[in-house]
Amino acid sequence: MRYESPDTLEAAAKLLAAESGDARVLAGGTDLLVQIRSDILSPALVVDIKRISETRSIKEEAGGFRIGAAVTGAELKEHAALKKAWPGVVEAANLIGSTQVQGRASLGGNLCNGSPAADSVPAMIAAGAVASIVGPNGRRDLKVEDIMLAPRKLALQKGEIIASFLLPKREPHSGDAYLRFIPRTEMDIAVVGCGVSLTLDGSGTCTAARVGLGAVAARPLLVEDAAKALIGTKVDDAALEKAAAACRAACKPIDDKRGTIEFRTDVAGVLAKRTALIALERARKA
Amino acid sequence: MKHHVTTTVNGDEVEYLCDTEQTLLDCLRDELGLTGAKEGCGSGDCGACSVMLDGRLVCSCLVLGVEANGKKVDTIEGMAKGEKLHPLQRKFLEHAALQCGICTPGVLVAAKALLEKNPNPTETEVRYWLAGNLCRCTGYDKIIRAVMDTAAEMRGA
Repeated sequence: MRYESPDTLEAAAKLLAAESGDARVLAGGTDLLVQIRSDILSPALVVDIKRISETRSIKEEAGGFRIGAAVTGAELKEHAALKKAWPGVVEAANLIGSTQVQGRASLGGNLCNGSPAADSVPAMIAAGAVASIVGPNGRRDLKVEDIMLAPRKLALQKGEIIASFLLPKREPHSGDAYLRFIPRTEMDIAVVGCGVSLTLDGSGTCTAARVGLGAVAARPLLVEDAAKALIGTKVDDAALEKAAAACRAACKPIDDKRGTIEFRTDVAGVLAKRTALIALERARKA
Repeated sequence: MKHHVTTTVNGDEVEYLCDTEQTLLDCLRDELGLTGAKEGCGSGDCGACSVMLDGRLVCSCLVLGVEANGKKVDTIEGMAKGEKLHPLQRKFLEHAALQCGICTPGVLVAAKALLEKNPNPTETEVRYWLAGNLCRCTGYDKIIRAVMDTAAEMRGA
């Protein structure tokens, strides 16, 4: 296994593209190194992207935030302005693993690991996050909901790297939240995860909404019907019930040791309501 | 090809040669003879290999040895100053907050990181912070009490 740590994205993309065997990007390594050590993966090349400044910084851009793909959960939590604008995204990232894992785990890694249960992904989908991707043919943008296609399968071409994510400018009276169901209080994988982002007008009517779901299908989902159920309402009980029904309708889960199809589908609706209420409370105060 | 790594461990500049596959934990134990950090699970679940990497608490089993190049690593071996134990180490002895001792270096490194960040944690904060340090002997209560007592003593000092 070869290790490279280039200091530009172009050099990293070139290395990945030129490798004929399996080549992997190393950010925090909390998934990649586990898979290498348990012989699930045996890459010929590992490209560490942490010496590339864009992957390791949080910057304000166009009124929003550009977050490097390898910025750690611990660093997200310490960024007061980001936490104020996008508390749901930061909370979702901070649910991943232990304090030790938080010292390394990143948004880019959580997405590119390709698990449908990744906690930060539904929150990023709800936030409308857009990934900036650099590859051998230059740079392109892709919405987060369009990146993971199926377990371990991404819409990235050979040599492409997610460099950063742009979280858009926050309008006044906006709030986001993420909740997941796990059978214990800490350190587990989501049975269902739900991210909601809302914007209200001056009268408290919802003018924009996005709802993301995780662990209920082969890929994390953007549930547009749930958003439609909330937009134009005061996010009252009837609207929440409709949004919950839309979330349940969008579920295509599997039965596994974490939960049955019926349980996951039901919980998706419950979490959608609870998450929306937290986002609503935050939007009212923002 | 071996990597030539230069890094700072517990304040001393050190060098080692390692393969890409070797973790920082392997390098600390096998190349530098620092066997305080333990391998429990090898998958980042148990925290027995906890060290500080550039001031961040990490599992050294989930860091490649080569990644430590040019960085600052702090391990349990740097915690006592000569014969003088760190207050956490002293309180762990007083409270009998260990039995077999395998998890103890990781717990101490993690608890020290917490108290440096938050000198006055609640019991809940201590329990969440240490959720990634598994102990199969103590049932955790003595560990939590030792950390809370240390925090109180250090605030008074």
